[in-house]
Amino acid sequence: MTLLATRGLSKTFGALRAVDNVDFTVRPGEFLALIGSNGAGKTTLVNLISGLFRPDAGRIEFEGRDVTQQSVNERIRTGIARSFQLVNLFDQMSVFDNVALTVFARERKTRSLFALADRDAAVADEAAAILAQFGLATRARMVAGGLSQGERKLLDVAVAYALRPRLLFLDEPTSGVSTREKAPIMDVVTSVVRSQGITAVVIEHDMDVVFTYSDRIVAMHQGAILADGTPDEIRRNDQVTSTLIGTVAPA
Amino acid sequence: MSPAAARRSAAPQLAAAALVLIGLVAVPWLFSTFQTITVCYGLVFAIAALGYNLLLGYTGLLSFGHSAYFGMGAYTVALLVKYMEWTSMEAFVVAGVLGAGAVAALFGIVCVRYTRIFFGILTLALSQVLWSLALKLFWVTGGTDGLRVPTPKLFFSLLTPAEDKLEFLAYRYYYYVLILFVAATAVMWLIVHSPFGKALQAIRDNETRAEFVGVQVRRYRWVAFVVSGAFTGLAGALWVPLNGLTTPDIVYWPFSGRIVFFVVLGGFRTFWGPIVGAMAYNYLETYAVGYTVYWQLVLGIVFVLIVLTLPQGLAGTAEGLLRRMRRPAPAT
Repeated sequence: MTLLATRGLSKTFGALRAVDNVDFTVRPGEFLALIGSNGAGKTTLVNLISGLFRPDAGRIEFEGRDVTQQSVNERIRTGIARSFQLVNLFDQMSVFDNVALTVFARERKTRSLFALADRDAAVADEAAAILAQFGLATRARMVAGGLSQGERKLLDVAVAYALRPRLLFLDEPTSGVSTREKAPIMDVVTSVVRSQGITAVVIEHDMDVVFTYSDRIVAMHQGAILADGTPDEIRRNDQVTSTLIGTVAPA
Repeated sequence: MSPAAARRSAAPQLAAAALVLIGLVAVPWLFSTFQTITVCYGLVFAIAALGYNLLLGYTGLLSFGHSAYFGMGAYTVALLVKYMEWTSMEAFVVAGVLGAGAVAALFGIVCVRYTRIFFGILTLALSQVLWSLALKLFWVTGGTDGLRVPTPKLFFSLLTPAEDKLEFLAYRYYYYVLILFVAATAVMWLIVHSPFGKALQAIRDNETRAEFVGVQVRRYRWVAFVVSGAFTGLAGALWVPLNGLTTPDIVYWPFSGRIVFFVVLGGFRTFWGPIVGAMAYNYLETYAVGYTVYWQLVLGIVFVLIVLTLPQGLAGTAEGLLRRMRRPAPAT
């Protein structure tokens, strides 16, 4: 049983085969980590699945339905959402409005020109609840651009979560934050995601984070999938350890 | 923000707006005919500036071609007078808005495919197409002589033009413009505070992310473009009876620059900035023209000084000062 499957997915940039004939599957309810060195093709794969790029070849199926030609908007409606490696927020809007806008867009209420957004109690309540879940309730009225990097990372995920996705891609949710901040961020993200039964794919470089939080790990190298297995299987995989992880302490 | 908190935060702004409105209602009784008509021009330009700022301040699109929609509003009225002999201001307003909105809808299809300088140049180029038509189709538009527009009948002909044209403009027509200015301001306030308005701000801040939360970026930009054009068209329709004549000058690119000036002078980051900027510019130009033949030089210097010293514009700077005064002093 798969939620998402790619078949022979490929994308080249000039001479570089960023994603090379990749068959990648995600099962419902799992927390999957996508690992690989810089340039391995992880973000490109997510960009292809989320609709930012069009593949040169191959297909993407979500619950057995071909979504390869769908626009970003159609994929969101299908249930695919993502956060970004470099935080991608609405920096001049308040933290609250970043989430509220997403709820409005999800409910197709952004088509409404002649209603005051702040008077929509249902959206306000939902946005406030989401901010509370992500520990950002006290920052609601701040401008998003004024948040700390760790908080911005959380808000980036909260915005994607507000779309109520069934499959959520998290592109390096702890990059650029201090080691001390990583675990609290991942604790919040995994607890929200797991409590709502959302399937998540996290791209991550920090192996402590990867082995602590994921159910399954897919390792990529030079645009192709190198290994796919449970954290224990990946730990024992010599090819992965020599290519990607280097010296890793045994469990 | 909860609905109750939203009401509380909007209350001081609405109270200040009500005070300004009382002042505007009193203008014809307190000031001379000349001053009242000057304020009336300012109100008309403020409507155009409000429309313009939906694109610049809220959607992040810098148009250099809004003379097209102002001109379209004005020429629609003038052509209805010339060919249909219409006299009703209500009909002029509706036709001006629809005419400018239709042209904006058409031009918008092309323009919103681009952003930044490409968007700006396209808007400029398309506006100049209309300008050349206004200039060269002289058997229709009167060429450089323009088209005359007599004083119209107001409120479904309940109010016919007074004997004295200046008297008419400084009282009846002033209040007519004031009513439409208030209505336009209220509608624009609603639009920018609506979920649609929030979506525009999201597009302005981060186009890619806006798309990834499900905002149809190009479609929303197009709607904003049409609404912006329609507001500017309303201003053009109201301007032409006040001026009595429309010429190709108002479709020419310097007039687009003038609308940009209104908004930069007042501040495009605030809702009220464009209104303050349009009123201030109108006074500045009226008096600069009266005092010196080098009035463009005066305006140019003011523009440079504003950009260098008050990049937030007049209203933006005032808002910033008020906010700083209201903020409690940090604990020591």
